[in-house]
Amino acid sequence: MAKVPVQFTLNGSEKAEFIDSGTTLLNALRDKVGDTSPKGGCHQGTCGACSVIIDGELRLSCLTLAETCNGTAITTTSGLAEGGVLQPLQRAFLDTFATQCGFCTPGMIMAAKVLLDHTPNPSRDEVVEALSGNICRCTGYEPIIQAVLTAARANSQNAA
Amino acid sequence: MAIRRGRGVAAINYPTGMNLGGDPTQALVHSTPTGNFMVTLSSVDLGQGMKQIMAQICAETIGVPTDRVVVDTADTDTGPHCMGTFASRGTHRAGNAVIQAAKEARQVMLEVAAEELEVNASDLETDGQGNILVKGAPQKSISIFDVALSAHFKRGRSISGRGMFLIPRSYPEKETGAMKPSTCYAHACTVAEVEVDDETGEVTVLTVKNVFEIGRALNPKMVEQQLVGGSWMGISHALYETTEPYYPNRDHGGTDFNQYLMPGPGDLAETEIIVLERPSADGPYGAKGPGEMCANPQIPAVANAVFDAVGVRIDTLPITPERILRALKAQAAN
Repeated sequence: MAKVPVQFTLNGSEKAEFIDSGTTLLNALRDKVGDTSPKGGCHQGTCGACSVIIDGELRLSCLTLAETCNGTAITTTSGLAEGGVLQPLQRAFLDTFATQCGFCTPGMIMAAKVLLDHTPNPSRDEVVEALSGNICRCTGYEPIIQAVLTAARANSQNAA
Repeated sequence: MAIRRGRGVAAINYPTGMNLGGDPTQALVHSTPTGNFMVTLSSVDLGQGMKQIMAQICAETIGVPTDRVVVDTADTDTGPHCMGTFASRGTHRAGNAVIQAAKEARQVMLEVAAEELEVNASDLETDGQGNILVKGAPQKSISIFDVALSAHFKRGRSISGRGMFLIPRSYPEKETGAMKPSTCYAHACTVAEVEVDDETGEVTVLTVKNVFEIGRALNPKMVEQQLVGGSWMGISHALYETTEPYYPNRDHGGTDFNQYLMPGPGDLAETEIIVLERPSADGPYGAKGPGEMCANPQIPAVANAVFDAVGVRIDTLPITPERILRALKAQAAN
């Protein structure tokens, strides 16, 4: 099968790869680019573990064809920390022990980041709504919700 | 037709580990040349925190900081034997094996330190920060880093230890059938409050209040995670999870977790967790197994709460709206 060129920005740096046509963005990121922070849970768009941010919008990388991402800016959880310093959202997940086995965590953080980017001070209901597309098999939703609310408070204190 | 409220309570005790043909786990501990310690296990960490707990147990026994311990798990080709991480047995069985292995390694470490310091090994103690001191004369000390270097390059010693923990098979008495299936039990009690819509049969869980007695909580935050998640999995068992309508004919059944319903973040009820610590006699530093136990008492508590709310006993799981409506219909017919 003919290879297809694809170019995008991943966490601020230019990436260019030749991929098989039909490759999902999830597989392109993990197997070609080497960013394994998006996780392959269900590979059919129900678990949210593969969530990434494409041009500011939350997207499921397992249902996104890599070749449709030409020219986009993609953010993954591995690109959040700057110079080894965690973002408040990541710090909040650590501080509130919002990971158990950790498999859903990158997707949860992506979903929470998009929420906080658009709604800096969300209500609990808004947090629940934003996370409703992400499954945690350890059923540890309560600490995850608390982590997002904690990060929102930290952000608003920094802004004040 | 109305929304009716009910409250149910249930208490359980739950064995740690199982007893089929005997229940063993083995562990090996050795130091690297720079005085880090390696724990080798076949036990699997599938997200429950086994590596962290085994590192803590090894560090506590040898007397070094936890970050000086590396835990290698889950290679059954090369690791010492483990029956597996199931039956809430990982911390209890592997932890005991790690203690035994770490004690043996600690003894060699102290013997090498004794030769370096020209004292008796029984006069030495560790400070938990990576140093070995003479009891009562802490100015006379040596770092574990230097002890490991000495053992490797000067004394020709292996700072290592072997550990094994076995719960032997218990055979039932022929006359009475009595046997001892486990040596260690965790306990829990749950009070659940529900609302039942007697027109639709829908159950809404309002609050779940749990008390868990789990021996010593070796890592309290990880225990809390396990219990909070487990409590909600118990609700899931009670109300949602089933392989029906496919089982036992699986031809058109679900093939993965996507088709096996569990609650999401929108289904959470107010959940309270209280941990009671009564150290177990044969557990590693008093630990028991809280893993499976924590998802059990919610099931009878919810069933009892449904009975309290609408007066019907549902004895088949999950407690679906259909089962409640059928029971209400049967109740009305009587």
